[in-house]
Amino acid sequence: MTDAALIWSYLSRDPLVWLAATLAAYWIGDRLSLAAGRKPWANPVLIAVLLLAVLLVGTGTPYRAYFEGAQFVHFLLGPATVSLAVPLWRNAPLLKRAALPVIAALLAGSVTAIVVALAVAAAFGVDDVLLATVAAKSATAPVAIGVAERMGGEPTLAAVLVLMTGLIGALVATPLLNALRITDWRARGLSIGVAAHGLGTARAFQVNPTAGTFAGLGMGLNAILTALIAPWLLRLFL
Amino acid sequence: MIAALALILLFQLGGEATAQALALPLPGPVLGMIALVAGLALSPRLRATVTPVADGILAHLSLLFVPAGVGLVAQLDVIRSAGPALLLALVVSSLAAIAVGALTFTLVARLTGSAPE
Repeated sequence: MTDAALIWSYLSRDPLVWLAATLAAYWIGDRLSLAAGRKPWANPVLIAVLLLAVLLVGTGTPYRAYFEGAQFVHFLLGPATVSLAVPLWRNAPLLKRAALPVIAALLAGSVTAIVVALAVAAAFGVDDVLLATVAAKSATAPVAIGVAERMGGEPTLAAVLVLMTGLIGALVATPLLNALRITDWRARGLSIGVAAHGLGTARAFQVNPTAGTFAGLGMGLNAILTALIAPWLLRLFL
Repeated sequence: MIAALALILLFQLGGEATAQALALPLPGPVLGMIALVAGLALSPRLRATVTPVADGILAHLSLLFVPAGVGLVAQLDVIRSAGPALLLALVVSSLAAIAVGALTFTLVARLTGSAPE
C-alpha cells in the first residue's frame, strides 16, 4: 500500500483536489447556513472561505496552487455577469414604473459607497494601490475585480473586499433600514443591491420578493455605473 | 443548454473584444451583459434559450465568490497592516450607502407620486 503522504503529494498538485475542496466546502457552508435558519451571519461563502483558508494554511498549500483548481469556478464569474442581463431585462418594467426614484437612489447610493469608502481609507493613510482596490467594492465581484485591475489595484484583495462588503451589507441592512423606518420594499431592496451586490441581493430575496427584485435591479445597474464613475472618483483621492 | 452556454460565452467574448478594441472603461462581461439585455428585449427566441441557463448560473452566484475569497490567505500581510482601516471603510461606506440610497428612493418616490408595490 502506498504511503498516504505520497498520495497527498501527488494529489495536491492536481487541480482536482482544490476544485473538489471548493465545492465540498461550499456544500458544508450551505448545509450549516440552512441549519442556522439562513441567518445572515451564517453565510455559506464565509464558512467555505474560512474552511478552505484553514485547510490551505494547515497543509502549507500556497494560494497559487489552490487557484489552479479553483479557477474553474472563478472563471464562471464572467458568464454570471453576462447572465445578470436576464434579471435586469425581467425587471425592466419595474424600472419604467419607478424610473426616477430608481435612478436617483442608484446615483446617490453608488457615489456614497465609493466616496465614503475612499475618504475613510484615505484618512487612515492607506496607499494608492489599496485606494484603487477599495473604490469599486460595492460592485459585483467580476466588475470590481476588472475595475480594480484597470485602476492599478490588487485584484485578489478586491475580491476579498467585495465579499466583505456583501457580508456587511447583508448583516446591517435589515436593522439599519428598520431604524430609519423605511417601509417601502422597493427602497429597501434597491439600496442594498447598490451597496452590497449579489450577497445583499440574496439576503433581500430572503426577506421579501419585491425587495429581492429591486436589489437585483440595483446590483445590475450599479455594475455599469461603478465601472463608469469609480476611476473618475478615485482621481479625487490620489 | 449547450446553445445557451455558447451564447452567454459569445456575448462575454464580444464584450471583451469590444472593450479591448475601443479601450472602454467598462469590463468586457458588463458590455456583454448590456448587449444581452438588448438581445433579450429584441428576440423571444434568444429569451427562451438563454433564460433557464442564466437563472441556473445565478442561482449559485455566491459559490463563485469562494475562490477569490480564499485569496484572503495570500493577502495576510496587507490585512495585518491595513486591515482595520479597510474594514472601517467598508462598514462606514456600506451603512452610508444603504441609508442614503433608501432615503433618496423614498424621497423621490414621494415627490413623483410613485406608490409602493
